[in-house]
Amino acid sequence: MANTAQPTAVALGDATVAFRVAGDRVYTAVEKANLSVAHGEFVAIVGPTGCGKSTLLNVAAGLLKPASGSVKIFDQPLAGLNRDAGYLFQADALFPWKTAIDNVAIGLEIKGAPREQALQRAEGWLTSVGLGAFGNRYPHMLSGGQRKRVGLAQVLIRDPKILLMDEPFGPLDAQTRQIMGNLLLELWNADRKAVLFVTHDLEEAIALADRVVIMSAGPSARIIGDWRVPLPRPRDISEIRMEKDFHELHREIWSVLKDEVMKGYVQSTQAEAS
Amino acid sequence: MSRLMLLTCQLLVAVVALAVWQFLTTVPVFGRILLPPFFFSNPIDVGSQIVKWFSSGVIWKHLIITLWESLLAFVIGSVGGVLVGFWFARQPRVAAVFDPYVKMVNALPRVVLAPIFTLWLGLGIWSKVALGVTLVFFIVFFNVYQGVKEVSNTVLDNGRMLGMNERQLMRHVYWPSALSWMFSSLHTSVGFAVVGAVVGEYLGSAAGLGYLIQQAEGVFDVAGVFAGMFVLSAFVILIDMGVTLAERRLLVWRPAAAEGRG
Repeated sequence: MANTAQPTAVALGDATVAFRVAGDRVYTAVEKANLSVAHGEFVAIVGPTGCGKSTLLNVAAGLLKPASGSVKIFDQPLAGLNRDAGYLFQADALFPWKTAIDNVAIGLEIKGAPREQALQRAEGWLTSVGLGAFGNRYPHMLSGGQRKRVGLAQVLIRDPKILLMDEPFGPLDAQTRQIMGNLLLELWNADRKAVLFVTHDLEEAIALADRVVIMSAGPSARIIGDWRVPLPRPRDISEIRMEKDFHELHREIWSVLKDEVMKGYVQSTQAEAS
Repeated sequence: MSRLMLLTCQLLVAVVALAVWQFLTTVPVFGRILLPPFFFSNPIDVGSQIVKWFSSGVIWKHLIITLWESLLAFVIGSVGGVLVGFWFARQPRVAAVFDPYVKMVNALPRVVLAPIFTLWLGLGIWSKVALGVTLVFFIVFFNVYQGVKEVSNTVLDNGRMLGMNERQLMRHVYWPSALSWMFSSLHTSVGFAVVGAVVGEYLGSAAGLGYLIQQAEGVFDVAGVFAGMFVLSAFVILIDMGVTLAERRLLVWRPAAAEGRG
């Protein structure tokens, strides 16, 4: 599926991420992660809560520096922020003091595009995420799903080569998630960016991605599995869940993931108790 | 309760209060007047004093002086508060060094500074402006400081990932956040600007509403004192209405505007 002539979009080599907690203690979130995302490839990372999926994403974004190991973006070592990447956050990240259209246009404006032109293109992007008529609303006047749409437009208008997504549809209800998933696939199909998509929902991961990567429970989370998803595209993610191939793959991956989820659950309850 | 009903009830409260006041200060109950007019005046005298002030036009000079002092105190205090608030929030080391002194000055009841300001700046408007500034500055300063500190990390990271440099983060993230905090304390800071001006005038001046009240008090003109108080509260209410209008325009993006954090 990946175009071999293109360099790998994201390549983590033995990346270890550690945080200093309470004096001299060091908490290792992720240990020796090896992960590569080819040009135009949609990779989903799945793991139990608190396993360091988001940490890995922040490393790829350049928001976090790994304690050891390498991060390469299009074969270049990453220094500072990843300028090729667009990041869709789990929490609300829109600027609450800007209207929807200003929120989308800002990515172009800070690059020095004239305001008129930025607004015009923002209008276009709002329309393609289905919010053409909502440009002058402030974020608090939009629903959670609509805010995610604005966020998607805000990221995509800059035309990043890599899309990093941190459980972007996590806070939404099940139906809205499916609609957003289909919207994402539709937009992604247009120009096939490299996508690194973090989720705790295995079904969502299989439905969306070309590859599903499984992480173990933290601390010192590792990557413990890597599956190709041979389902054809274009997909409708509410339909694809009914297919036999989907179920078989789901069962196969879940047999590995289940233990980790239990481990993660036990650890999190113990951490709360202590 | 309908709007009309509410308004009627509100008016009724004023009418009853004034009537009771008038009654107790003029009609003897069991052979004696309960509120001696010398200490309590009566609504009619107070009203005619207010009418006299406005019809002769003397009041305008005092109102304008007080308004001017409040405005200057508000503007200077706010600009100072915004600048220092920003500076401290972005330079934690500076903030840490100055922290005890900021707390110390803020703990000081500002009224005791009035004589010093009169000594330094004379009896004119600037000693009152200075007093108002010391009150306004700290409110704005604390709010802006908080506003810059409490910018959501996600929003900041989003700004960075969208390609903002430090200057652009300042303009598009820190600045609007700090301003929103400042505006939410607008009622308090404008109120304090007026307090500074009036208290300053009261303690020593040649013009202004505080001066008017103090003069009347000096000659035991209780009607004058009450008249001054009524004009002052009407003045503050008018200003407050203006602030509410400004706030509605400026904080339109906030879910529940007008929720004070002062």
